[in-house]
Amino acid sequence: MMTSFEINGRTVSVRTQEDAPLLWAIRDEIGLKGTKFGCGIGLCGACTVHVDGRATRSCTTPVGAVAGARITTIEGLDPSGRHPLQVAWIELQVPQCGYCQPGQIMQAATLLKDYPDPTDQDINAAMAGNLCRCMTYLRIRRAIKLAAQRIRDQTAHG
Amino acid sequence: MRLGQGVGGGGSTEPHIIGLDAILSMSLALIGLHWNVALDWAHKRSPKLETHAVQFIGEPLAGKLANQCYSLFNYVKSLCRGRGPKIDAYQCQLFDCVLPARLRADSWRMPTFKRIVLGLAVVLLLGALGFSALAWRSAIAPINPPSGSSFDPNLIAKGEVLAGAGYCAVCHTRPGGQPLSGGYALRTPFGTVYSTNITPDPDTGLGRWSLAAFTRAMHEGVSRDGSHLFPAFPYDHFTKVSDEDVKALYAYVMTRQPVKAPAQANTIPFPLNIRVLQEGWKILFFRSGRYQPNPAKTTEWNRGAYLAEGLSHCGGCHTPRNLLGAEEVRRTYAGAVIDDWIAPALTDANPAPVPWTESELFGYLRGGITALHGVSAGPMSPVVHTGLALVPDADIRAVAIYFADLDHSIDRTAAVAATVGKALSTSGLGSGQEYDPDARLYAAACMGCHYNAGPTPLPERPELALNSALTLPDPTNLIQVMLRGIGITEGGPGLTMPAYAGLSDDDIARLGTYLRRTRTDRPPWADMENHVAAIRKQMSPAMTREGP
Repeated sequence: MMTSFEINGRTVSVRTQEDAPLLWAIRDEIGLKGTKFGCGIGLCGACTVHVDGRATRSCTTPVGAVAGARITTIEGLDPSGRHPLQVAWIELQVPQCGYCQPGQIMQAATLLKDYPDPTDQDINAAMAGNLCRCMTYLRIRRAIKLAAQRIRDQTAHG
Repeated sequence: MRLGQGVGGGGSTEPHIIGLDAILSMSLALIGLHWNVALDWAHKRSPKLETHAVQFIGEPLAGKLANQCYSLFNYVKSLCRGRGPKIDAYQCQLFDCVLPARLRADSWRMPTFKRIVLGLAVVLLLGALGFSALAWRSAIAPINPPSGSSFDPNLIAKGEVLAGAGYCAVCHTRPGGQPLSGGYALRTPFGTVYSTNITPDPDTGLGRWSLAAFTRAMHEGVSRDGSHLFPAFPYDHFTKVSDEDVKALYAYVMTRQPVKAPAQANTIPFPLNIRVLQEGWKILFFRSGRYQPNPAKTTEWNRGAYLAEGLSHCGGCHTPRNLLGAEEVRRTYAGAVIDDWIAPALTDANPAPVPWTESELFGYLRGGITALHGVSAGPMSPVVHTGLALVPDADIRAVAIYFADLDHSIDRTAAVAATVGKALSTSGLGSGQEYDPDARLYAAACMGCHYNAGPTPLPERPELALNSALTLPDPTNLIQVMLRGIGITEGGPGLTMPAYAGLSDDDIARLGTYLRRTRTDRPPWADMENHVAAIRKQMSPAMTREGP
């Protein structure tokens, strides 16, 4: 059975089985490789995408559970790849190996939506499920704060 | 001529009923009753018939019956002999009430065993005849399927909303099947009942059902052909639905696309599958009658009660059932297990930390989500998102008013701010450098989405410390949600939760135990790991594989 949903603004129908992970459909069938496979059991955050605008682990979300939903991957977070988080990430040279970074950015985007001015505690807690084996956590935190500042400024002046 | 005019004997005041003599005494009473009914019937027709009845039916048959009963009675007496005068006197009393002196005779003798067998057989036969008479319902003549244009469009539209409020499609549609074409498996302790096709197909659906037949099914639980329906169809609630609303429902179902879908055979074992026996269930547990407004309550409250107790049959899931599958009236809305989930109590016994006030109930029933209670899940999801979706705000509000009154939430609102504050103070637990492996697991798997910074919890970040899944006496709902996740159409709008079936039973158990320990003040759940394993077994094979 085909499952339809929207991904980065276009509607797709995938053959991936309803109870198979959304990540399978995204990487293998749709061919968007920005989202990474990490642990496969929802414990590392590398596969984080947005479902209806909120960070969700795609390796443990069944395809059937998102029928009709709006999926955003790192490729679709910003049309030109210049989301304030992405800009801050580059400016502060956050990544080392880079494997976890798409998931980190997608998770951080939801954090900023809920808490535009996050404290260290908020970042620690909301990013706790996104592991980075290169230990770039301090730069991730700085980049989130920088992006948060810019989004707030934008909103204030915009 | 009437029976039962015998003179009471004996001076006993403390009848002492024991095993066999109690059964036989009751049997005697039953025979007397039938005899009376038969004579009454004859009496009403004509005096002549009554005379005939006495002469031709009465004398020979009743005489013999009486003889047998009297012999049995003597036998019982002999059994009771030596057990004291009280028993003996009680027997005399009962016997005198039932049989007139002129029918008593002690002349006709049979061997004791034969007498007992024959006596019991006659009693059983008469009992069965009487029961059948009570249980018998006539068939209602089939009709030619009415055309869609014969129904008022306004009535159809009203029926559509009501069909939603009654969740007709939820139970009358198999997964992936055509709406209302039946085949949904309702698992009961007695076997599986498959819902039937209620599209207007003339051969396999309701096409040949008149409004009268449909109304009788809703109000009395009887099929068009006169057979009794199983109470898996909640006619014990639908009997409260007004004739007018039943008419609208009829207009709606009769104007759906007909689907040919024969009924699937139920797996209720013999003899429970004998439909006529349902009359017994009805005598015990079913009271027919439309909803009677409570004059002490407001119109809105009564509207809510009318929906909740009638068409929406909330008690169907939230009221515990007795051994015969009937809702326990004294424990209405006390919470129950349904489809491997727990339907929590809707009274003040509900374990949610924050009381279900009118506004919380309204928010939950309208949108499937509130900040202080979390999201709908499991069998409640289709109730909110399929069933109630078309129901107007005013009716949802009425149901909320009704339940907010039942759970006395108004008396408990003072503590809400403190409860929420306490819950939020635990929200960040596990985010630090703790060396608690349970906390690490929680931080990795759950915290990113469930953490709340405050000052109030966000509905999109369901606050676990406020969720009844953590405070219920049983971890079933929490385990179900962890293993299955929540689909985009199940919880709050636009919210999903991944399924954590990839974690081991041990890890799921640890997460549950950890949350219970750190987010509530309730005692730990026992035997968590086996509980997880048992729930995992119910899931589809693809969902049960553990991770790499």
